[in-house]
Formats: sequence, structure tokens, C-alpha cells
Amino acid sequence: MTTDINELKRIASQVRRDIVRMVNACNSGHPGGSLGCADFFTAMYFNILRKNDKFEMNGKGEDLFFLSNGHISPVWYSVLARSGFFDVKELATFRRINTRLQGHPTTHEGLDGIRVASGSLGQGLSVAIGAALTKKLNKEDCLVYCLCGDGEMEEGQVWEAAMYAGAKKTDNLIAVIDVNGQQIDGSVEHVLPYGDLRPKFESFGWKVIDMDGNNMENIIQIMNEAKSLTGKKQPVVVLMKTEMGQGVDFMMGSHKWHGVAPNAEQLKVALNQLEETLGDY
Amino acid sequence: MKKYPILDKKDTRSGFGAGLLELGRKNPDVVALCADLTGSLKMDAFEKEFPDRFFQIGIAEANMMGIAAGLTIGGKIPFTGTFANFSTGRVYDQIRQSIAYSHKNVKICASHAGVTLGEDGATHQILEDLGMMRMLPGMVVINPCDYNQTKAATLAIAEHHGPVYLRFGRPVVPNFTSPDQKFEIGKALMLSEGTDVSIFATGHLVWKALEACEALEAKGISAEVINIHTIKPLDVDAVLKSVRKTGCVVSAEEHQRNGGLGDAIAQVLTQHYPVPQEYVAVNDSFGESGTPEQLMVKYGLDANDIIKAAERVLKRRGEMVNA
Repeated sequence: MTTDINELKRIASQVRRDIVRMVNACNSGHPGGSLGCADFFTAMYFNILRKNDKFEMNGKGEDLFFLSNGHISPVWYSVLARSGFFDVKELATFRRINTRLQGHPTTHEGLDGIRVASGSLGQGLSVAIGAALTKKLNKEDCLVYCLCGDGEMEEGQVWEAAMYAGAKKTDNLIAVIDVNGQQIDGSVEHVLPYGDLRPKFESFGWKVIDMDGNNMENIIQIMNEAKSLTGKKQPVVVLMKTEMGQGVDFMMGSHKWHGVAPNAEQLKVALNQLEETLGDY
Repeated sequence: MKKYPILDKKDTRSGFGAGLLELGRKNPDVVALCADLTGSLKMDAFEKEFPDRFFQIGIAEANMMGIAAGLTIGGKIPFTGTFANFSTGRVYDQIRQSIAYSHKNVKICASHAGVTLGEDGATHQILEDLGMMRMLPGMVVINPCDYNQTKAATLAIAEHHGPVYLRFGRPVVPNFTSPDQKFEIGKALMLSEGTDVSIFATGHLVWKALEACEALEAKGISAEVINIHTIKPLDVDAVLKSVRKTGCVVSAEEHQRNGGLGDAIAQVLTQHYPVPQEYVAVNDSFGESGTPEQLMVKYGLDANDIIKAAERVLKRRGEMVNA
């Protein structure tokens, strides 16, 4: 476990380099949301999650993490590799034929760290609830985390899941919503202004807390607070404010880099803004 | 032909309920989920005896499929229960991504399939479910014929690791298979040997096929009746062994012609042994309100329809031989 905040920030910088290099190399993929969540993923895998040494699908005796908005696979793959789930060299295979690093995460190719396929939106929170229920049945004192996008909140299944977890007091579950305010066709405000998330989750019985998802100190503090709020007869949701494209100036403040890869020149500019801390893959 | 006395008359969904309860007692990893149809699915006995292992999801089938997928992580064996329509068409993408593609050990148990759902009408009478489920890579698709076989199938699928679609129905029908049968996934059952025509039937049509076989015998036609309770993986050897003897086929199912048992068999025939085939199935149409018996007649799924199909296919075979 890495407790040094500066070290976590250094890892996140390398993760951001990995992300832009991966999407550039295959000329596809989703850099915007990936960059925005680089700090969060780094904090989770290097500090917050209790993990076993060896990956097993059943994940007994450890915390579980689910990514519902599977399109931000680059950040997940980078952090999984950097935290030892597989060789960082494999990041070079992202989205290429015969890769385990499919465009969207899958269990189908046997990549350690992944427990369900995601990509078609809205499904991850339900799966996380199921995994949390099994933790309870198995009398395991472990937590289940699920990251969703804020655009993803437009999917109806998310609210079926929110209703269920609140009603049934699934209190070993921490949902995190990446509130970057952007989706493919524009801002969430432009596409479908659905109003505040806080009162929606609260009315279904969730404990709601806010977090600055691009501030490592705040992430560590708030995720620990979220942990301390589990086991109290209600699920916890963290509304995580992030900036899409965080760390690369020309990708920030817009939805335009949701699913577009930088070209060679843009990659150069991006990499100049991101310190190579752990060595590129 | 071999005769099958009717032991009693029961609904196949009750066979599922009985099997689930027995599984609950035998296997502590078995859990059950229902989307507000506990009584209709006959899951109430399981819920009563194992309240901690039963999850009332509410009317939220998509969430139910996702939760079931998640429950497998850590070793549970979830059985989901709702009507066939809401078990398949409504949640196809959830099954596809979270269960089939993710190879989760979920048992999708679906009642009220087909027109025999009856009076509720076409909105609830799904006739496309076998096709949808057959198309999913790795999905096992089972449609047992009576109470005893549905119970046996329910027990058997808990032993199979991987996603399964188990389809059964609402009406009370003859219960004629053995109460202590061992259900073998993917193994077709020879019910009555014959030499003139092979009748491959599944679900409620199996009993109709036996009725048809008896009537055909009276007309001097020797029909072979095979119960295809597992549509995927299909027992290709059993199909080919029978058609090599008879040289013509009738397939019978409470499903659309498109995508169901008939198409599964046709695929085998075109690849290995092309012979004439007639479909007893719903012909590209939705159902409607009515009693199950009325609907089976109106939509061409009665014993008479199997008899006519057998006569047609025999005629076609004869024309081919003489050509």
C-alpha cells in the first residue's frame, strides 16, 4: 500500500502518460474520462482497496472493484498493470487483434483484475450489488466498489439498482459517480439535464458524500470517510467531481476528447505536460 | 408404439418450484431471485424456507440479471425467476454482457412461455425466446416437457457450470415422465421408436407428439418420437441416427418457426443429411387472448397439426424418392 501522497501523484502522472500513449497507438479509445479518473484509480489500487496477492474470480477475502462505464478502460488497464496484475508491456496491445486488453473490459480473454464485462452502460451497479450480497452471505467483512459515469446516470437500470440497494440496505457497497459533466454528444446539461444527483440518491436511502476526484489528498480522505460510513444500514455513494481530460490542457473543459485519440503531434504536446515517473511501457 | 400412462396433471412451473426447493436443501450455494412473480413462478416455498437466500428484486428485471451475475462472484449459484418474456427480450443486453459474455453461472428460469400463457395475450406470450437464447455463445437452452422433467432439469442445471436458460410454462398438462429420472443436459430422449418419420418435439409439444404418434399408428404410419429437452447443445447424434432411418422430419415446438428447435434441426440436416422437414411452430405471428387449448389449435400447435405435418413430409419424401 502506498501512503505517500506525492508518490501517488507520481504514479497518476505515469498512468496519464500510459493512457494517451495507448489510445494514440491504436488510434481509438477514450482518453477524456480516463484522464479525469487517473487520480481516483491510482488511489484505489495503490491505497484504498484491500487486495489479495493473487487474482481469483471469486475474490474471497478481498474488496472488489467494478467499472460500469467500461469505455474508460485505458485508465483501468494502466493502473492494473502498474499495480502488478499483469506486465506493463501488455499495455502496448490495447485494442489490437488477439489482445486481452479489449476496447471495453471483459473476462472473456482472461485478464486478471476484471470480474465482469462492461461497456454497454448501466449494468455495473447491479452486478456490484450482487457481489456485495454474496459478501454478506459469505460473512465476509469486505467492501464492493463500483464506478459509474454521470452520463451513465441516464440509463434506467442504474435507478433500478439505486432503488434496490437503498431499499435493501446494501451497506457494504460504495458507488462512485464520475461527475465530469460531459458525454459523447456534449455536456450532460446539453444532452439531458437531469438535475441534482444528491437528492435522488438520498431519496432512495443512500448516504451521499462529495469528493474532488482530481485532488489526491481529498480522494484519500473522502474514500476513507466513505469506508467508515459502511455497515450503517445504507449504501454509500461518492459524487466525484472530475475534469474530463485532466492533465492535458487541450483535452480539458470539453466533451470533445471523450472518444477521440490524439495524433502524433498532439501526443507529443500531451506527453510534455505529463512527467514520466515510472518509465513508459 | 410405447405407451406412456398419464401419472397426473400438473403445471411445469410447479416442477421448477419443487426442484428449486430441493436444491435449496441440498446445496447451500443455491440462491434465488424473483421480480415480483414469486407465486406465479412457484418460488414461495423456497422463499419461506430460505429467506436469507431469496432476493425479492421488485419489478426490475434488468437489475435482477445484473445482481444475479454479481452473486456468482464468490460462488453462489443464482436462479432468476420471472415470465419468459421478461427473462429474455426485456433483458437481452444484460444477459448478453453481464452473464453470457462474462460467463457467469446464472440459471435464467422462465415461466409462462408461449401461447399457453393464455388469456393475458400476446404482450406476455413470448415465442422468440428460444431463438434469442440459442444465439448467445455458451448459453445452454432447455425446454422440458412435463412436471417431473422440469423438476429433474432444475436439479441438473445446478450441477452445470455456466449460463443456462430453462423454459417452462403455466398450464396444467399431462405428467408422464418418471419422477426419479436422471436429467442429462444435451441428451435427447427416445420416447417411441418408429421407422417412417422422425418427430422431434420439445416442451408442451412432446405430449402432443405422443398423441399424434398414436393416431399415425392407427393410420399405419410408424412415427419415431424423440424428446429434445435440450435445444442447445443439440443432440446431433440422436437427430442423425433417427433421420438416417426415417428419411424425413417433423419438428414441433411452442415457438416461432424462426430461430427455435426446428431451425436448430434444419441446420444439422443441411450440413449432414438433407431430408425433407416440416415445422409445427407459430408462423411469423404474435399470439392473442384465449384459453391455452384454443390457442394451441388456432396457432397450429395441436396433435392434429403434427399428424398433418407427418403426412405432408412423408408425401414429400415419397416424391423425392420417385423423382
